[in-house]
Amino acid sequence: MNIHHDPDDAAPDAEPLRHVRKPLPHDSARRHVQGAADYIDDVREPAGTLHVAIGMSPKARGAIRGLDLAAVRAHPGFVHVLTAADIPGKNDVSPAMGDDPMFAVDRVGFHGQALFAVLAETRDAARRAAAKAVVAIAEERPSVTVEDALARAETVLPDYGFGRGEVEPALASAPHRLEGSIRIGGQEHFYLEGQAALATPGEEGDIHVLSSTQHPTEVQHVIARVLGIPDAYVTCEVRRMGGGFGGKESQATQWAAIAALGAHVTKRPCKVRLDRDDDFVLTGKRHDFRSDFRVGFDADGVIAGFAVTHNARCGYSADLSQGVVDRTMFHSDNSYYLPAVRIDTRRLLTNTVSNTAFRGFGGPQGMLMIEHVMDRIAWATDRDPLDVRYANLYRPGRDVTPYGQTVEETGTLCALVETLERTSEYRTRRATIAAFNDGSKLLKKGLALTPVKFGISFTLMHLNQAGALVHVYQDGSVHLNHGGTEMGQGLYQKIAQVVAEEFGIAIERVRITATTTGKVPNTAPTAASSGTDLNGMAAKIAAGKIKARMAARVAERFGVPEEEVAFRDDRVFAGNESLAFAELAKDCVLNRIHLSEAGFYRTPEISWDRAAAKGRPFLYFAYGAACAETLVDTLTGEYRITRVDILHDVGKSINPAIDIGQIEGGFVQGMGWLTTEELVYDAESGRLRTHAPSTYKIPVASDVPEDFRVALFPNANTTDVIYRSKAVGEPPVMLANAVFCALADAVHALDPSQPVPLDAPATPEAVLRACEALRGNPMPPRAVG
Amino acid sequence: MRDAIRFTRNGTIREVRDAHPRTTLLDWLRLSERRTGTKEGCAEGDCGACTVALGRLVEGRMVYEPVNACILLLGQCDGADVVTVEDIAPDGRLHAVQEAMVAHHGSQCGFCTPGIVMSLFTLHEEAERPVGREAINDALAGNLCRCTGYRPIVDAARDALAQPRDRRFAEHRAAAARALADIAADRSDLHLGDETRFFAAPASEESLCALLARHPDATILAGATDVGLWITKALMEIETIVWLGRVDALRVLRGTPETLTLGAMVSHADAHAALAAIDPDLGELMRRFGSAQVRASGTVGGNIANGSPIGDLPPALIALGATLHLAGAEGARALPLEDYFLAYRRQDRRPGEYVRALEIDTLRKHDVFRCFKVTKRFDEDISAVMGAFRFRLDGRRIAAARVAYGGMAATPKRAPQVEAALGGLDLDDELAWAPALDALARDYRPLSDHRASADYRALVARNLLYKALAEIAGGEGTRIAPRAEGLAAAE
Repeated sequence: MNIHHDPDDAAPDAEPLRHVRKPLPHDSARRHVQGAADYIDDVREPAGTLHVAIGMSPKARGAIRGLDLAAVRAHPGFVHVLTAADIPGKNDVSPAMGDDPMFAVDRVGFHGQALFAVLAETRDAARRAAAKAVVAIAEERPSVTVEDALARAETVLPDYGFGRGEVEPALASAPHRLEGSIRIGGQEHFYLEGQAALATPGEEGDIHVLSSTQHPTEVQHVIARVLGIPDAYVTCEVRRMGGGFGGKESQATQWAAIAALGAHVTKRPCKVRLDRDDDFVLTGKRHDFRSDFRVGFDADGVIAGFAVTHNARCGYSADLSQGVVDRTMFHSDNSYYLPAVRIDTRRLLTNTVSNTAFRGFGGPQGMLMIEHVMDRIAWATDRDPLDVRYANLYRPGRDVTPYGQTVEETGTLCALVETLERTSEYRTRRATIAAFNDGSKLLKKGLALTPVKFGISFTLMHLNQAGALVHVYQDGSVHLNHGGTEMGQGLYQKIAQVVAEEFGIAIERVRITATTTGKVPNTAPTAASSGTDLNGMAAKIAAGKIKARMAARVAERFGVPEEEVAFRDDRVFAGNESLAFAELAKDCVLNRIHLSEAGFYRTPEISWDRAAAKGRPFLYFAYGAACAETLVDTLTGEYRITRVDILHDVGKSINPAIDIGQIEGGFVQGMGWLTTEELVYDAESGRLRTHAPSTYKIPVASDVPEDFRVALFPNANTTDVIYRSKAVGEPPVMLANAVFCALADAVHALDPSQPVPLDAPATPEAVLRACEALRGNPMPPRAVG
Repeated sequence: MRDAIRFTRNGTIREVRDAHPRTTLLDWLRLSERRTGTKEGCAEGDCGACTVALGRLVEGRMVYEPVNACILLLGQCDGADVVTVEDIAPDGRLHAVQEAMVAHHGSQCGFCTPGIVMSLFTLHEEAERPVGREAINDALAGNLCRCTGYRPIVDAARDALAQPRDRRFAEHRAAAARALADIAADRSDLHLGDETRFFAAPASEESLCALLARHPDATILAGATDVGLWITKALMEIETIVWLGRVDALRVLRGTPETLTLGAMVSHADAHAALAAIDPDLGELMRRFGSAQVRASGTVGGNIANGSPIGDLPPALIALGATLHLAGAEGARALPLEDYFLAYRRQDRRPGEYVRALEIDTLRKHDVFRCFKVTKRFDEDISAVMGAFRFRLDGRRIAAARVAYGGMAATPKRAPQVEAALGGLDLDDELAWAPALDALARDYRPLSDHRASADYRALVARNLLYKALAEIAGGEGTRIAPRAEGLAAAE
């Protein structure tokens, strides 16, 4: 494997940087490798802590007729069973819409929905007791598929669409037209640390909760709502998560709130740690879609008109589906100009767990759909798919998105794709692969190069804010806190680099501390790739204000202008004088100068009017491209990804090692989504059949191609973002679209006269089905469910 | 009779006598010992976050293997050295594997990291150098990481494997070997608990038979890679457990030119080389069986005894021809392996009986063998379809055939109609293969489940037979990874 850490010399920094731009290790790396980094279940629990297990619905849809808990209560170690009757406030753990009860009361909406929770002396006792409940439900046939939901016309949110121009005339007058449909599967987050929370009761109803959450403020707020107490009585703290990926944005709340309710009722600490199988069943996943499209284009493949309806399976409640499906719409263009366009969505109610945030937040589905359309056009026009992509790529003059925002960096997008085309030797390999396929009857190779353009900012405007709290102590050590959470993405490390840079001190002097609602209030979730952009800026502002007061003190003491004070190498320089940073800190305290500051940042320039479907929802776009090569066994549908080249734009990286890690990890996670990760629900009962790693297959080491070339695209963010970097959390997921398209390309070699009916995930079965269709032996549809 | 489990931790003998028989090693470490570096990710032996190294004395030498602590019962540690992530940097100076993981940015969220460190640690301690990418992939197949995409972990492994073995751990080995020699000297039966609730580990077949005669309903335990899930997932109230791990007679591994005999307690890891020597496809099948952790704990005997409807190994053994030996207080008996599987999860094992050994018929002159495992994910996955074929050739014709499939019926099953149709088949006349291919539809009625649809299974089964015939006929370009012709054991 080759990793190129390209020097970020596109726009040199004004002065040399000591910490920023350095590939420093994750702040907890040494603790990780020793098993010394504590997650919630590792924290020594207070004496008397009770353990919680969730009682789950055995049916997917129907009225609850009875809940017999006698055997539960009789189980050894049983202490209490929580039901909705124990809730002093509202039985509502939803992020916004009020449709997610903590415990189902009259009706159940999905198989496995929480009905009650057992508190017991041990986790084992709680789990065994919970399994003894006798639940009676008047079962109704559940809606499981998109088609079920469409037939019942049940939705969790109103339909929504936007567009531009006259689509029907554009379609009608286009030289070529085609229509089609692609199914795009969901995805389980499979964070390695399952959902966990430990709630400890304090005096007068105070609750302190450790929660594995991306959104401590929401955990705090929902606990207050459930318990009927002010937010100020609740403190939520999180040092680190064992992975999040969006699965702990809204989905961590319910378990923290149940632990808090248990603590409230029993006055004892309560801990929830979901069993992996229960976690699969109880928590939401990436939305799955059926996207139906029509496109009109010319002989070169240039699109004249495009219309799509995204049928999103949202599950039994709204959760975050508004933002998720909106982002699908915002990314249905990916990197392509759609002159006349209509994008419609249906947010369908199904009797399955409520789908939720997942890295990319709806964007990946929209982008995979349009990449499939590009392939369809290429197959119809007998052109190389990359040439069709070029023909439609955003260019100056063809640079306005369907929602009215201008793509300002079309030059970056084009240069990036062209560079990757060259460095991946796309054209040469295209010829080599064609020759291979001509001589190979059973094995076929495929190649694809796809771009990524991803909008950065929360589309819910008020979330684009962040706070930080910085203290400088009199020994010169620095306490750093901010609203962002650490889930492995290296946010804490990056922000520590920013703060150490600001003060000109060694990074070891900056103590990273756990995120807590008691220090920084009213925070946004760590989501939308925004963690570093928002919190980094807030921390820089906080440190900058303290630094300014320290500089003023030095200037006064040595009689030099403030502008001549410099902080570097753990010292502070003023004219010919200098003193250690720690000395100055002590001096400031003795001279009554305040060395603590709360920084606050709000993203400028953005706006979005959802009703009018106009505005600038994104501060900027992050770009990337990937080229993937595949080898398919057309007798079994098995395949290998044999080579992947990636070029990705992170602006000027704050920490290139961490950014490369996000790119590779995001790509592989996206590859899993599009290949082996298949969620199978029983069509009759609505029960999830793939509920553990034995049945749900995320990538392992051997799935990653040995020839894996990842490089950063030398670029500086033209927008004023922290140190001219760009957000990197989500965009790389969609680099994996190249893998899906390369699998379709390999199948296409069986009969270049036909389109490839490949759905996602492209499991070996899906690939073989596509092969059989091209061979003229289509298999009967799989009973999806 | 001994009433305590005895094992070593950092050179010290630990005795446990008050644990529930079904206590897992992971729960003991985390709840009793408060050693929380070892994580629970799935509690079913699939994600590897709980990986620890288990060392045993083999012919006077300590041999360490990675195991999943989440489904390993504490009693199975009897006579072993348990090494966790907290133990490999005793003076605070990181082990080479840990250093490399830091240097290569091999951790992000860090939750899988202790398990990955321990898998690479055992590789570092045990593997012959040099170690290639495939061996690293194999060592990591049972460790799921959701953050990194594995590239930095593989780079860390390569870097660490270029470093010499750790001197500190050489001392650890020596101390463990001394302590375990003491434990091994005790050949009395182990019985933790009483007559109603116990973890028993008889030290001889006589004791085993006597115990099973007294407790015919006790759960017989080999590697616990399946039974462990009955405890952690099905929450079965298993109260009486008889572990076979101390019966030396069940560890026999013996080969003659005609047969390979595997005792019931021979692990997949230990059987790998001998099976690979029969045919490279069998070696590849073993390489892809579960993960390094599962292969270290799980046994060929246990895989058969529990009668998984898929059982990645039985179809291949049935196609080769294998005799299963059972024993019990009532005496011993033997039967063809295919006759052991009666129906879905129902086997021909009588109360008080245990699987003693498996006798496998090896390939003779003019015999050819092929087997293919088709899965959703290439490594660490259970087959959607598993097809195995043994053909006796007479020139360019098939004289006799044994064909078996997994995933196609409620049990691993032979294909009598296909076998009949293959008799006399001309390898050079592809059009004449159709009757044999068509016969598959009469031998099997596969089901749809989360792994694959019935239609897919039926088609793939047919295509695998075609593939086997095409290869034997001399066809090329039939598989993604070329068959490792003439290659002996991979490990």
